Amino acid sequence: MLRDTWLIFRRDATLLLRNPAWLAIGVMQPVLYLVLFGPLMERIVTNTPGFPPGSSWTILTPALIIQLALFSATTAGFGLLADLRNGVVERLRVTPASRMALLLGKVLTNGLTTVVQALIITGLAFLVFDLSAPFGGILLTLLIVAMLSVTLASASYAVALTLRNEQSFPALVNAVMMPVLLLSGILVPITTGLAPQWLYTISRINPFTHIVDAGRAGFRGDFSVDALLTGSVVLVVLMSLCVFWGARTFRRENA
Amino acid sequence: MIKARGLQRRFTSRGRTVDAVKGVDIDVDEGELVGFLGPNGAGKTTTLRMLTTLLTPTAGEAQVAGCDLLSDPLGVRKRIGYVAQGGGTGPECKVAEEIELQGRLYGLSKAEAIARGAELTEQLDLSGLDQRMTKTLSGGQRRRLDIALGLIHRPGLVFFDEPTTGLDPQSRANLWEHIRTLRSDQGVTLFLTTHYLEEADALCDRILVIDGGEIVAEGTPDALKARVSGDSVVLGVDEDDMGRAAEIVGDIEGAHDLTAAHGEVRFRVPRGDTALPALLRAFDAAGITTQSMQVQRPTLDDVFLTLTGRSLRDAETPQPADTDKEAQTHAA
Repeated sequence: MLRDTWLIFRRDATLLLRNPAWLAIGVMQPVLYLVLFGPLMERIVTNTPGFPPGSSWTILTPALIIQLALFSATTAGFGLLADLRNGVVERLRVTPASRMALLLGKVLTNGLTTVVQALIITGLAFLVFDLSAPFGGILLTLLIVAMLSVTLASASYAVALTLRNEQSFPALVNAVMMPVLLLSGILVPITTGLAPQWLYTISRINPFTHIVDAGRAGFRGDFSVDALLTGSVVLVVLMSLCVFWGARTFRRENA
Repeated sequence: MIKARGLQRRFTSRGRTVDAVKGVDIDVDEGELVGFLGPNGAGKTTTLRMLTTLLTPTAGEAQVAGCDLLSDPLGVRKRIGYVAQGGGTGPECKVAEEIELQGRLYGLSKAEAIARGAELTEQLDLSGLDQRMTKTLSGGQRRRLDIALGLIHRPGLVFFDEPTTGLDPQSRANLWEHIRTLRSDQGVTLFLTTHYLEEADALCDRILVIDGGEIVAEGTPDALKARVSGDSVVLGVDEDDMGRAAEIVGDIEGAHDLTAAHGEVRFRVPRGDTALPALLRAFDAAGITTQSMQVQRPTLDDVFLTLTGRSLRDAETPQPADTDKEAQTHAA
């Protein structure tokens, strides 16, 4: 299975590198946020009580990275729809390759993509703006982002394989991701100091909030159990569920 | 190589049930080239997808390439090759990459996959295209690449789904040659689906005719044609001799659909080529002069018409249920 996973990973990665423009386009949006929205946050964060600890850049940069993972991984299913249309999925499924490998090879490529893009954004925040974050913390956040990307890409493939429709797929993804994104406090953290009680309560139910919190903790170098435990547990559980879901969908006869 | 019993597939979507394949029995011996002929939506692709482990049958059982389809799908996958209807190459992938990946997924080492790939590209006239992206290949080239991918692990049994659909006549003739060579030079057993009569006629040792999810006839192309309707014979005789000529024809064993008008006696007979000599002698003995004669072998379209009451081309017009089913199988 590892060998098959590697083969599929290599295929997808080769295709990705053949069109590096897509990597750049994916990175454009968070870069724009960083440049055009980040400076605005600097004063707001210093003058408004209720923000989590850390400078505006340690709050914003990890959030943008996670937002990027949310966007690019949830739309990964598009690539699969194209592969379905041109028969690639069927061709691979008729080989003895492990069904799990067919999924893992693909989602690992998605994970790698996000990490590369995250490095670009972090590098930019370091060089151009005033980000200061410990090396270990950044590594931790990158790991979180990679796992998040694998999680969401698996789910995205499962949904794409189930819907098999290039129109309804993005509609569904948008409908689900928009509230999830807003409720996870990506741009402005949803804290007790900033949000009304009901909004805070709902945001705590959203699993992604805890993952964003863990990502921020990494950037400010807070490795305490308190800051990381919930997010890590949520992420590991979500990842297991989504990979299982994706693999099951790949194994299913109609996939 | 294939032994299927009561293979059945039912699709349920939005509360509607469609029996795409209603329990078919299929037997294919080693070294045979068998064709699955039927209109679009008849259940050909669905049957093929069941036999290649892509779709689980709702009922029935099958042995494919010596392995049980239901209990050992992996064994089946290792031993068969499958060339799907729309192909299966990524447009941005290079020919060499797809070939190597395919070989390695079947367990070949990198060196083996490359060597086997070189052999196949040579055989299938694909030499020199290694570094081309598949989207830049012509339709015929891409089809041959699909075949190369299906053969990379030297399977003893290869399934082709509509191998020449969408190809120009020249590429089609070329592909037929390649398919024949596969069997004659390498002893590969082949099972193909087609909705082209000429294709089934030109390629196959044996044909299974499928319609509405059921096999309605089976046999060699010649046997199928002989079994139904028979050859059509047209004899030109003098108007004065018409009556007597018709009488003599009526006495031939198996002659039917006899008409005599406008100086022509028309009838059908199981074997026109063997019936004619005796008939001409009888005409001579009776003093009837035969001015012209014409024997036409029945086409597979005649066969289909006799079996189902519809011509194959009419059957192509999809009914709503069929379109749905087709969409499902194609998308899948």
